[in-house]
Amino acid sequence: MKLDTVALVETPEGTDLHADLVGLLPRALAYMVDFSIRAGIIVALWIVAIFMGGTGFGIFLIVFFLLEWWYPVYFEVFRGGQTWGKRVYKIKVVSDDLTPIRLGPSLIRNLLRSADFFPSFYGVGILCLLTTRRFQRLGDLAAGTIVIYSESEVYDASALDAIDAVAPHYPIGEDQQTAFINFALNRGNMSEERQEEIAEIIRPRLPLNADRASAYVRGVGKWLLGAR
Amino acid sequence: MKQVEFENRYSAFWSEMEAFFKQASNKAANDQDDKREAQVAAFPKNYRLLCQHLAMAKSRRYAAGLVTRLNNLVQQGYETLYGQSINNRASILDFLIYGFPAALRSNANYLWLAAAVFVLPYVAMMAAVMLNDQIIYSVMDAETVRSMESMYDPEMRKLGRERQSDTDIYMFGHYIQNNIGIGFRSFAMGIFAGVGSLFILAYNGLVIGAVSGHLTALGFVDTFYPFVVGHGSFELTAIVFSGAAGLKLGFSLLAPGSNTRLKALQIAAKDAIKIMYGVFVMLLIAAFIEAFWSSSSTMPNAVKYAVGAVLWVLVYYYCFFFARPRVANYQNRHAAK
Repeated sequence: MKLDTVALVETPEGTDLHADLVGLLPRALAYMVDFSIRAGIIVALWIVAIFMGGTGFGIFLIVFFLLEWWYPVYFEVFRGGQTWGKRVYKIKVVSDDLTPIRLGPSLIRNLLRSADFFPSFYGVGILCLLTTRRFQRLGDLAAGTIVIYSESEVYDASALDAIDAVAPHYPIGEDQQTAFINFALNRGNMSEERQEEIAEIIRPRLPLNADRASAYVRGVGKWLLGAR
Repeated sequence: MKQVEFENRYSAFWSEMEAFFKQASNKAANDQDDKREAQVAAFPKNYRLLCQHLAMAKSRRYAAGLVTRLNNLVQQGYETLYGQSINNRASILDFLIYGFPAALRSNANYLWLAAAVFVLPYVAMMAAVMLNDQIIYSVMDAETVRSMESMYDPEMRKLGRERQSDTDIYMFGHYIQNNIGIGFRSFAMGIFAGVGSLFILAYNGLVIGAVSGHLTALGFVDTFYPFVVGHGSFELTAIVFSGAAGLKLGFSLLAPGSNTRLKALQIAAKDAIKIMYGVFVMLLIAAFIEAFWSSSSTMPNAVKYAVGAVLWVLVYYYCFFFARPRVANYQNRHAAK
């Protein structure tokens, strides 16, 4: 199985670790959040500098420099790979072996930001991100970093509580077993009608006394999980 | 084994490990009690157990949610076990003293190339401008030339400033924001096969050469050269270094050798960034000197030339001649990795 948005890393223990890669849009949105925060600080400081005169502008320019070049580096190295914007969208920067990013790679990817920005509005960066398999811009490629989702949805077994387990009345293959189980566990993210529609696919196989296909599929799913 | 049974058997262990990782990331709560110590001692074993559970969950095709939970646990364990800490003060100091010169000396080819691309246009432009006073307008407009002339007018109280009212701290901020930005960019643009770095180096060489030639021809020799001699050692050298670091990036893509282009780029970037740490420090020092020392018009020129000469010698001595055996030793130790 080869999914294009999953980064797989084999740990020294021989286990495959997987992480979900982040595409262009969440990264752009996170960038906009960071951009707004930085712009806000810069405007506020600029107003203060007007009242303070020359020295104020000197400090303003130093802060401007720090925000422009070091803001992402600080957050990536000391705040778990997440700027404020990335925290909002629950994504983070990690090294491509999924270990936390260190100072050197972080500096590489953030200095190369100016190459990604070229010719304007991240033209090169976006093109590069859209054409590489792991959604990396130039800075990510040179630094060996990727952006992944930091929190994957943890499943909630309580979704099963209200279901009555049903023993399947015909033999079910391995792939179908997985499908039944996942159907039983994924409740919240589909409308009632859509769930019914999907479950209706197996209508010809249903026992005659089953009225709602979704309840049957879910019940079998629970039974397959081992709950009685 | 059915999934529910599997979960019932191990979920207490998983919760315990989740709590352990949560505590590990929260440094304040990281005090040494006996229970914690036992947990840390048992951690490698527990981590291997988690790996095993994840592998089992995958091969038995348990539900995606459970696999995700175990994957999260293994991920955190992996980070804890293999994530490297950078809190090593001794190695940072070691780098500043030996690592930066080591990075420079092992990339001498790029430094020579970058220096040539900067210095040759500089000298050519300077000579051209002194021979023909119209040529400067090919790289600058008339407005810029006028303001540049006024910056080094011998009548000025503060040198090198467009407005006399600008304070030293304002100029310090300006030099940091502007000059370090140029240094960083001339590195980054090197990734386009080195063309960006070549362009920035040559362009800066042309402009600075034009300014030098123009002011020399005007006879502002006693204001312009004392101004630039102090910080020039750090500033001009650092710009050449950052261009060289950029050329290294570009060259790795043009001629990756036995590696893939991606791998070659990553190796080159890892080395080039060591030069950039030093460039950053050098440009900070340059900004400080330029704002607080070079601009003074009360300091006698003889003192400025003397200090400037000492700084030039020091910079080049440190970069290329200082502690040669130990720097070479540092290079060998870190090249092996």
